Amino acid sequence: MALPAFLDLKGYGHLLIDGALITLSVGVAAMMVALALGILGALARLSNNRLLRAIGSTYATVIRGIPELVLMLLVYYGGTLLLQWLLSLGGGEVRVDINAFMAGTLVVGFVYGAYATEIFRGAFLAVPGGQSEAGQAYGMSNAQVFLRIELPQAWRLAIPGLGNLWLTLLKATSITSVIGLTELARQADLIKAPTHMPFTVFFIACLLYLAMTAVSDVLRIRAERWASSGFRRS
Amino acid sequence: MASFDLSLIWTSLPDLFSGLAVTLQLTVLTVIGGIILSVPLGVLRTSPNRFISGPIWAYTYFFRGTPMLIQLFLIYYGLAQFKAVRSSVLWFILRDGYWCCLIAFTLNTAAYTIEIVAGALRNVPLGDIEAARAMGTSPFTILRRIKFPIAMRILFPAYTNEVVFILQSTSLASLVTVMDLTGAARVVIARTFAPYEMFITIGIIYLALTYLTLWGFRGIEGHLYRHLKSRKELVSEAPVLR
Repeated sequence: MALPAFLDLKGYGHLLIDGALITLSVGVAAMMVALALGILGALARLSNNRLLRAIGSTYATVIRGIPELVLMLLVYYGGTLLLQWLLSLGGGEVRVDINAFMAGTLVVGFVYGAYATEIFRGAFLAVPGGQSEAGQAYGMSNAQVFLRIELPQAWRLAIPGLGNLWLTLLKATSITSVIGLTELARQADLIKAPTHMPFTVFFIACLLYLAMTAVSDVLRIRAERWASSGFRRS
Repeated sequence: MASFDLSLIWTSLPDLFSGLAVTLQLTVLTVIGGIILSVPLGVLRTSPNRFISGPIWAYTYFFRGTPMLIQLFLIYYGLAQFKAVRSSVLWFILRDGYWCCLIAFTLNTAAYTIEIVAGALRNVPLGDIEAARAMGTSPFTILRRIKFPIAMRILFPAYTNEVVFILQSTSLASLVTVMDLTGAARVVIARTFAPYEMFITIGIIYLALTYLTLWGFRGIEGHLYRHLKSRKELVSEAPVLR
């Protein structure tokens, strides 16, 4: 694929494109993790069970109080040691290398799951309680009420918050560079020396991030319009 | 790794405390720098003149649309590309990780704060401004005595959240050789190879700082606006996305 001249960077430019694709993959995978954890976290916070409520709110408050970088380093270096120790219980020395993509996805997803928990909690609370009661009156099981009445409406209410979450999450994937994942920030860091153009390299990396956020923004506005269809006032 | 070495935490406390001092210093200086930049630029951002608000929009769009990590690298590694920078009198500042952090963090938080300030100014009730105009108040006095106090109240929760983000973002300083809390922990880990003990300890310290900041600002908000009967927009209980 021929790159435009400003992206060539003495032949290293394609590495930035490769990095941007990995950034997108980590971002999408981490967003999935965050959405799943967000829904589970919100359900835990809203449940009648005290233990579940405590777990949900501990998750949401503790994770948001610690820098992503620290969590990333803790999980990556700590996780490697933990696995090594667990596996060596079976006897013998074991060397473990945690896959950077997996670790990065899980940590970013875990961190933003805590923010998603709050978004979904607000969305579930905004679904009128009478509707769930109506569902129960029709003889729906709890699962049916959740899947047919609460979740579809909560999604719609959560979409503006989730759009913002995605934009923040995408930028946050840049910290996976510290554990060696060759996403956009890491690729830029790697080619700054051989190209002798550190400013140009990082600036183009910025433009690639901006391109991704600009496209996301368009999609976000569409999603919001879709989510509010049928609810627009005449 | 099997054992969690508490004595190690104890012996590394002096290192962590000096790191903590750097973290707090970076946070406070960034907050001050951010306020100095964002108050006037936030006012200009609301200008109906596009030649004034446009460039400020471009600045906030760039800094809010790209990761802070790259912004830091752009300044720390990037500026050396220009000979004019390397031979300038400012080079001793611009090659220092600490100064680069201050510059990058300030530019980053200013971008977010400008939008917070501009958003609050736009939400000042028009009736209040019209009333002041009807009294013959000059535009600058309206800004000083009507718009700013009301906007302050509107932006307080969002700005508190911004301060917490600055606090947490200063951990990136460790990536450009600064010995902040995270940097100090990484040095101890390189010496002792005890990632658990160190990262969990500093995690708890960051956690405490985050919630102390939030509670402190909540207290200030409650005190400043105690005369208002319905204070709906309180500082949130935990950090929210900015």
